[in-house]
Amino acid sequence: MDITGRKLFVKALQEEGVDTVFAYPGGMVTDLVDELYRQEQIRMVLPRHEQALVHEAEGYARATGKPGVCLVTSGPGATNTITGIADAHYDSIPLVVFTGQVPQHLIGNDAFQEVDIVGMTRSITKYCVTVRDRRELGRIIKMAFYIAQSGKPGPVLIDIPKDIQLQAGPANYPEHVEIRGYKPNETVHIGQLKKAYKMLRQAKQPLILAGGGVNIAGAGDKLTAFAEKMKVPVVTTIMGKGAIPTDHPLYIGNSGMHGCYAANKAVSECDVLFSIGTRFNDRITGDLNEFAPKAKIVHLDIDAASISRNVVVDVPVVSDANIALERLVEYAEPKHTEKWLERIAAWKEQNPLAMRRDKGMSPQMIMEGIDRVFPQAIIVTDVGQHQMWATQYLSLPKGSKLITSGGLGTMGFGFPAALGAQIGDRSRDVVCITGDGGMQMNMQEMATAITEGLPVVVCILNNQYLGMVRQMQQLFYGKRYGITCLRRNKDCPNNCKGPGKDCPPYVPDFVNWAKSYGAAAVRVSGESQIVEALEAAKAEKSRATVIEFMIASDELVLPMVKGGNPMSEMILK
Amino acid sequence: MEMKNRWIALYVENQVGVLAKVSGLFSGKSYNLQSLTVGTTEHEDVSRMTICVTSDDVTFEQIKKQLNCMVEVIKVMDLTNVPLHMKEILFAKVRNVDQEQKEEVFRIAEVFDQGGYVRVTDIGPESVLLECMLTERRNNELIALLRSRFRQIEVVRGGAVAVEAISTTCR
Ligand SMILES: Cc1ncc(C[n+]2csc(CCOP(=O)(O)OP(=O)(O)O)c2C)c(N)n1
Ligand SMILES: [Mg+2]
Repeated sequence: MDITGRKLFVKALQEEGVDTVFAYPGGMVTDLVDELYRQEQIRMVLPRHEQALVHEAEGYARATGKPGVCLVTSGPGATNTITGIADAHYDSIPLVVFTGQVPQHLIGNDAFQEVDIVGMTRSITKYCVTVRDRRELGRIIKMAFYIAQSGKPGPVLIDIPKDIQLQAGPANYPEHVEIRGYKPNETVHIGQLKKAYKMLRQAKQPLILAGGGVNIAGAGDKLTAFAEKMKVPVVTTIMGKGAIPTDHPLYIGNSGMHGCYAANKAVSECDVLFSIGTRFNDRITGDLNEFAPKAKIVHLDIDAASISRNVVVDVPVVSDANIALERLVEYAEPKHTEKWLERIAAWKEQNPLAMRRDKGMSPQMIMEGIDRVFPQAIIVTDVGQHQMWATQYLSLPKGSKLITSGGLGTMGFGFPAALGAQIGDRSRDVVCITGDGGMQMNMQEMATAITEGLPVVVCILNNQYLGMVRQMQQLFYGKRYGITCLRRNKDCPNNCKGPGKDCPPYVPDFVNWAKSYGAAAVRVSGESQIVEALEAAKAEKSRATVIEFMIASDELVLPMVKGGNPMSEMILK
Repeated sequence: MEMKNRWIALYVENQVGVLAKVSGLFSGKSYNLQSLTVGTTEHEDVSRMTICVTSDDVTFEQIKKQLNCMVEVIKVMDLTNVPLHMKEILFAKVRNVDQEQKEEVFRIAEVFDQGGYVRVTDIGPESVLLECMLTERRNNELIALLRSRFRQIEVVRGGAVAVEAISTTCR
């Protein structure tokens, strides 16, 4: 018997095992919402803005490993999702985004709330399509879930015109789809892999660079075993952090723009760089001509298009990190790397990663507090200085997880992504580390946090500035702090060089703001209060807590390599 | 690295939006697209595109990989070093010509007819229309010649289509 499109839509989600849909209503999805309302297997969560909605779905996906499912209306509902979709695209997060669309006979007429969302998202999705035939609906939804999760994961957008939702058609939801143009890589070329291994084997100063691909593949343990068996040191990108425990003797630290001295030194001095699951973007390489100048490079990645794009690679291997590492662990034989490890240890000692401890509460102290109170948490960051400090100083032991916006660097990601992570996994502590600027980009989501009863711990590192940009102004733009001060008002002098006693009050008052939603909230301005505040937050099991950490405005993220400079030219002080 | 023209035959799903997606890739990633033609194949649901890009080796590899990533792309074939037949349709209208100049157009047409196809398909008191099916390069040469000899010409080009040769190595 035929059923309506709306019925098939819900049936499809049920068969995919979807338990949560992040949904925001509007004219062109009211039918789908109504159909979801009439069943109990799938819950709808109502965020307060569609951008945040997508970030919530991203957090959910990263916490659960399942695709995040989104449902928004046409026009403005659809356009609001674009930032989130781009973020998911750059960080390979599986999402299935359903947008309502005006009925087909109105498409192209500039109808009310009609936009060509498929045209707009073509370059930031793995696949996107408008359903134009009710008979195709089941197959397309099946394709969406398959494509989003397989190979290198990513967002898929399915645009469903209203008439398709209402039209009757086949009731069947397919179990499999054959897509002739899409064959994700599920094997590894053994010859290439052996060649890569041999190269590492022969190196005198070998180094493994682990990127986010290792974490996405869940291959951290295998990576650790491989490094251990071969005694090869490891550096990570920020997306790869945690792939090997950060207290592991072979772990050096993050490399890249804000990587630690020893890690960047090791990249510059190694003779074989064995990289897994990274696309070598400019934050990792700096000046390409000077990147790993002494090294032969092995590049192992699931995405053939990421290989040999930015850096010239000596041995390319197209493979899922997990599949390749399984083999590599078998091959691995110990190497004599003692001398090389000693050199690295000396660099670590020479310039350890550390912030000053003489001037009140430093961001490092906050990270240490979070480590102590939340050793097994899901930690979600926003974008800015606080993010870099988090990726530098959090120890991320086994059992913890870091979720951060690496590729797109989306301010406003952190808070909603933390809520999504908590919705996906209610058994774990979720800590959001955010800036005072980024928090204000999606602060409406406090309503979602409260109504969903999400005990997320929101740590706002309030430096009263858009700190990451301010840092650049401080170092490279003659301290001309144009539009980065968040206290500044229309009466402030033009040439302000920093905060003083006459500054206008900070807005908003985060503590009172949070309380107005019914969240717990506290302001912390001294080192001694850090752990106490975090512990109180941990004890709150049914509502969110905001902890506003008052930190100095002029704290810098160091080391730093200026954009486009070689990685060996680190600013250390 | 050497910048040169390279050729791709691309099999894609014959669906709405696929052409936009392929061309969007070239603009979005700043690839230097020279020409792109598309038409359906013997299978109604498959289209074949003939694409010419100017690029160096590294970028060209990247272009092929990026095309391969697209779900709607069924097959990417590099035709750069493959024996093939390649032709482009060209209409060239020469205006404001007297009898003597017309004669010259005819002579040029005759010469270019070799190794391809050039016909005078239309004519009026002061104009001649040439219909040509030549290689892209030969069309370029024809246009350059017409431009140097005549003041007013109008050019309409179709972009190249190519097919792998059966036995010959001609282009
Ligand atoms: C949506 C968006 N807009 C602008 C930027 C550029 N940007 C990067 S970090 C940053 C400042 C962030 O300030 P805040 O949230 O207070 O964090 P802090 O750096 O002070 O820790 C800005 C403006 C961005 N990454 N994302
Ligand atoms: Mg700030």
